[in-house]
Amino acid sequence: MTHSATQIVTLSLAGRALGIDVMQVQDVIRLGTVTPVPRAAPWIAGVMNLRGHIVTAIDLRARLGLPPTIGERSMCVVVSLDGEAHGLIVDAVGEVLAVSEADREPDPPTLPAHWRAVSRGIVRREEDLILELDAAALLSGCPDAQIVAAA
Amino acid sequence: MDELLQEFLNETAENLETADNELVKFERDPDDMEALATIFRLVHTVKGSCGFIGLPRLERVAHAAETLLGKVRDGEIVVDAAIVTATLDAIDRVRSITAGLAQTETEPEGDDTALIERLEGLAAEDRAAQDDKAGNGSAACAPPEPASTDPSEDQDPPALGRSGAAQTIRVSVDLLEELMTSVSELVLTRNQLMQERRREDAADLALPIDRLSAQIGRLQESVMRTRMQPISGAWNILPRMVRTLAVDLGKRIDLVMEGGDTELDRQMLELIKDPLAHMVRNSADHGLEAPAERAAAGKRETGTISLSATQEGGHITITLADDGRGINTHRLREKAVASGVMTAAEAKAAGEPQLCRLIFHPGMSTAEAVTNVSGRGVGMDVVRANVEKIGGAIEVDSTPGQGTRFKLRIPLTLAIMPALIVGVGEARFAVPQIAVAELVRTGEGSEHRIEHVAGAPVLRLRGRLLPLASLSTALYGDAAEDAEIPPTAADHVLVIRSAGLHFGIIVDRIYDTEELVVKPVSRTLSDLPLYSGNAILGDGNVIMILDMNGIAADLADVAGEDPANDDKAAAPEDGRDAMLVFRAGRDVQPFAVPLSLVTRIEDLDAAAVERAGGGYVVQLRERLVPLVGMDEAWSPAETGRQIALVFSDLHDTVALAVDEVVDIVDAAVSLEISSSDPARLGTAIIAGKATDLIDVAYLLRRRSDREGDMLYSARPTPGSIKADILVVDDSPFFRNMLKPLLDSAGYTVTTAAGVDEALAMRESGKRVDLILSDIEMPGKSGLDFARAVRGGGAWAKVPMVALSSLAGEDDMDAGIAAGFDRYVAKFDRERLLTLLATSLKDRAA
Repeated sequence: MTHSATQIVTLSLAGRALGIDVMQVQDVIRLGTVTPVPRAAPWIAGVMNLRGHIVTAIDLRARLGLPPTIGERSMCVVVSLDGEAHGLIVDAVGEVLAVSEADREPDPPTLPAHWRAVSRGIVRREEDLILELDAAALLSGCPDAQIVAAA
Repeated sequence: MDELLQEFLNETAENLETADNELVKFERDPDDMEALATIFRLVHTVKGSCGFIGLPRLERVAHAAETLLGKVRDGEIVVDAAIVTATLDAIDRVRSITAGLAQTETEPEGDDTALIERLEGLAAEDRAAQDDKAGNGSAACAPPEPASTDPSEDQDPPALGRSGAAQTIRVSVDLLEELMTSVSELVLTRNQLMQERRREDAADLALPIDRLSAQIGRLQESVMRTRMQPISGAWNILPRMVRTLAVDLGKRIDLVMEGGDTELDRQMLELIKDPLAHMVRNSADHGLEAPAERAAAGKRETGTISLSATQEGGHITITLADDGRGINTHRLREKAVASGVMTAAEAKAAGEPQLCRLIFHPGMSTAEAVTNVSGRGVGMDVVRANVEKIGGAIEVDSTPGQGTRFKLRIPLTLAIMPALIVGVGEARFAVPQIAVAELVRTGEGSEHRIEHVAGAPVLRLRGRLLPLASLSTALYGDAAEDAEIPPTAADHVLVIRSAGLHFGIIVDRIYDTEELVVKPVSRTLSDLPLYSGNAILGDGNVIMILDMNGIAADLADVAGEDPANDDKAAAPEDGRDAMLVFRAGRDVQPFAVPLSLVTRIEDLDAAAVERAGGGYVVQLRERLVPLVGMDEAWSPAETGRQIALVFSDLHDTVALAVDEVVDIVDAAVSLEISSSDPARLGTAIIAGKATDLIDVAYLLRRRSDREGDMLYSARPTPGSIKADILVVDDSPFFRNMLKPLLDSAGYTVTTAAGVDEALAMRESGKRVDLILSDIEMPGKSGLDFARAVRGGGAWAKVPMVALSSLAGEDDMDAGIAAGFDRYVAKFDRERLLTLLATSLKDRAA
C-alpha cells in the first residue's frame, strides 16, 4: 500500500458498482426494523435502532433516483459525519479495496448532474468502474430537486 | 443507640474513607509527609475514641496500625507496598467492626491476631530488610497475605460504604420528590399571584409578591440542586481499587482524576458507578502493560489511567484514558469471525474504528488469560448496555502502542419522559403526556362522538366545542385514504393543552404509556416541525415523538388558519363567549345562541320528521322531540337533510330546525334587549354582523306548552322582596343578561366572574341575601364554590341557586350535595325569577 493510497468499501446498488471511503464508514450491518418518518424527504427510509443509538436510514436508491427494491435483503452501511451516524441502505456490500491515485479518474463530463453532485470520482478496476460516493454530499444539498431532475 | 456511640460511628466512617485515599496518595509519594500525618492522626483518633468508649477489639487493631504508622512517620522504617496493604487491611478491619457495632451496638466476635501480628511484624522489621524488599517489586506484594485468607474475615459482615457523615444528613429520595412537587405547586401559585399583581391595582402587595417570587425561585433551584451530587461520589472508590489491582496484577499504575466536582443527578451517579469501576478495572487489566513490557516498549514503567469529567450543556462527558498497549484489532477480527459476529468478508471490510467497537460485543474480551480481575465474561458489552440504558453513549478510540480512550456521554439527569403511545394506521407515535390534558373515547359505543361544523370536525366537551384535527391528516395529508394507509378508526381524541393551545387530535388507537428516554432527531430530520425527538421503545423499535406545537402550527399552515388560536376557538378567552351562529327561516339576519346552551347538533333525515298535534316531532335517541322553527309558520322540507339544534332542560327537549350552522365565534357579546319577538332575546353584533340572539327558554316552553305551569303562574310580583343577589358566572354574556333582568325585578345585583372573586367579596365582608352561581366555570367550579360557602364563613346560611346549562338529574344531585338549595337551567329566565322569589321567601319565613 503506497502512502497516497486510500481504501474504499465497495457497494452494489441496482447493478451499479459504488464505493465509499472506509474512513467514513462506521459500521456495516444487516438492515433491521426501520420506523418510517411521515413527512420526511422521500429518500429518508426512517429511523432505526443501531445498538441503542438512533440512526436515520437513507434509502440510497431513492436518493439517487434509482428504482425501488422489492423484498431483497438489504445491507446498511453506517456512515458517521460530524458525530452523527446515518445508515445508507444498499443492496450488498463487497470488499475493502485499496485504491492508489493511479487508479482514479475524474467524473466523466457525461455523468448526470445528480450523480456528479454526490461523486468523488471514478475508480478503475480490471473488471468494472466504481463510482465513489461522497457521504457528506449524500446527506446534504437539495436532494429533492435532484430527484425531480432525475425523474 | 447511645448518642456517643453513634457519633463515634459517623466520625469513624468519614475518617476511614479519608484514610483510604490518603494512604494511596502517600504510597505514590512517600515524601508526602502531610498525607502520612493525616493518616496517623485518623488512626490515632480511632484508637483514642475506642479506648474512651471501651471497644477493646477495635482498640487493639487501631493500636497496632498506629504503632506501624508511627515508625514510618518517625523515619524508622521506609514505607512499601506491604506496609500500605497491611494498613489498608487494618482500616478494613476497623470498618467491618464498626459496621457490626452499628447493627448490634456491641463489637462483633472475631479474631484479629493474624492481622495484628502482621502489623507488629512489619513495625519490628529493621531498615535493612525493608530496603531489600523495596528493591524487589514482586516481593513487596508477597508477604502481605490477601485479606481473604485471614480466618476472621469471613465472619465479619461487609463493611458499610459510608461516606460524608458530618456535614450532610440522609434524606430519603421520596422526601426529595415530595419537596420537588411542593415547590412546583408553589411556583404555580406564585405565577398566579404575579398575574394578579399585574392586573389589580395592588400596589400594597407588589413588593411582598416580588420578594415572595424571588424567594420561591431560589427555593426551586436549591431543591433541584439537592438531587445533584459531585461525580467524585462515584470516583471515591477508585483510588483504592486501582491500588489493589496494581498489587494483584504486579503493575504500577497512576490514577489521575480531574473534574470530580462536576455535578449530576444522584440517580445517574448511582447508575454509572459500576460501569465506571468496571471500565477502570478493564484499563488496569487489559489496557496497561506490565512494567517490563512497558520498559521494553520504551515507555515509563508506571502506567497512567486518567479519568476526567466535564459538563457540556445537558450532558456530562467522562473520559477514561490509559497509556497502555491499545486495542488489539487483529485479535478482535479473528475472534469476531470465529464467534460468528462477523463474516470473514465483513471482518475484512471492517475499518479500524469498527473493529475497536467490537469490544462492546458480547463475548469479545481480548484478555490473553482470564484473570480474577476482569475477563470473566462481564465485559464492555455489559458496560455499553448499562450506559445506553440511561440514555448515554460510549465511544472508544485506540492507537496501537499508545493507549485507549473511552468517551462516555451521559445526560445530567435521566431525561425520562412519560409518553402516550398512539397508533395511526399501522404506525405508532409517542405523544408527551404532559401535552395531553385528557383522553376522550369517541369510538363505537362511547358517549362522545365526532361532529362536523361546516365540514370541520369538532368534539362537544362539557358544553364547549373542541376543534379537532386528525393525526392521520397531519402526518400523511388528505390523500391518506387514497394511499396504502387504511381508513382511520378515529377511536380516540387526545385533548391537547400545551403552550396556549387547546385542540383535539384524532387517533386510531391508544397502545400504552411508556417512559421514554428522549433523544434528539438527526440533522436530516431536524427541519420537520412535527417531531420533538425520538426514542427507543421497550421492544427495541424506534418511535418518533410528536411535537404538539409543531403539529398545531403545521395544521394551521395547511388549513390557512390556526385551528387552536384563531377567533373560532371554542374555549373563549376572558370576557368572551363561544356563540353558535346559524341561519333559519326567511330571515336574512343570522341568529346566534351561546354554544354552552346547545345540547347537540343533529343532522336529520327530513323524511324522519313526523306531524303530531299542531306541530312536528322527530325521533332522537329513542325519544320523540318536538321540532320547531324560528317562525311559528315553519314547516319541514319533504326530503333531504335537516339540521337541528337540540336544547334540553330538566324536563324538556326541543329541536330547533335551522338551515345552516354558519360558524362558531368567540365574541364579546353586548346585548341590546329591544326585541319584540318573544323568541329573541335581542340583538348583538357578532363577527361584525347584527345578529339576533334566540331565547332558548321561550322555545322550550312554547313547545312543551306549560304556560299554565304552577310555578310559572305563581310568579311573584317583581320586587316584592328586596334583596342583595350575588351572581357568579364566568360568562360575561350571562352576567350581562342576568343583571338587567334581576335589576328590573327590583333586586340589587352584584356580579363576580369567578369563584375566587366571589370568595374575596365574602372575605371583604360583603353581605348577600342570595347567591346565584354557574356550575361550569374554568378553574374552581360552582360545586367547589358551594362547598366553600357551606364550609363556613359569613355566607354559610345564604340560599344558593345553581344556574346551569347542564340539567340532568345527576347534575342536580351533585349540586344539592355540594350545598346548593335549588337548581335552574341557565336560560330559563321565568323560572329563575320564580325560584329566586321562593328561595327568598323561604329564608324570610
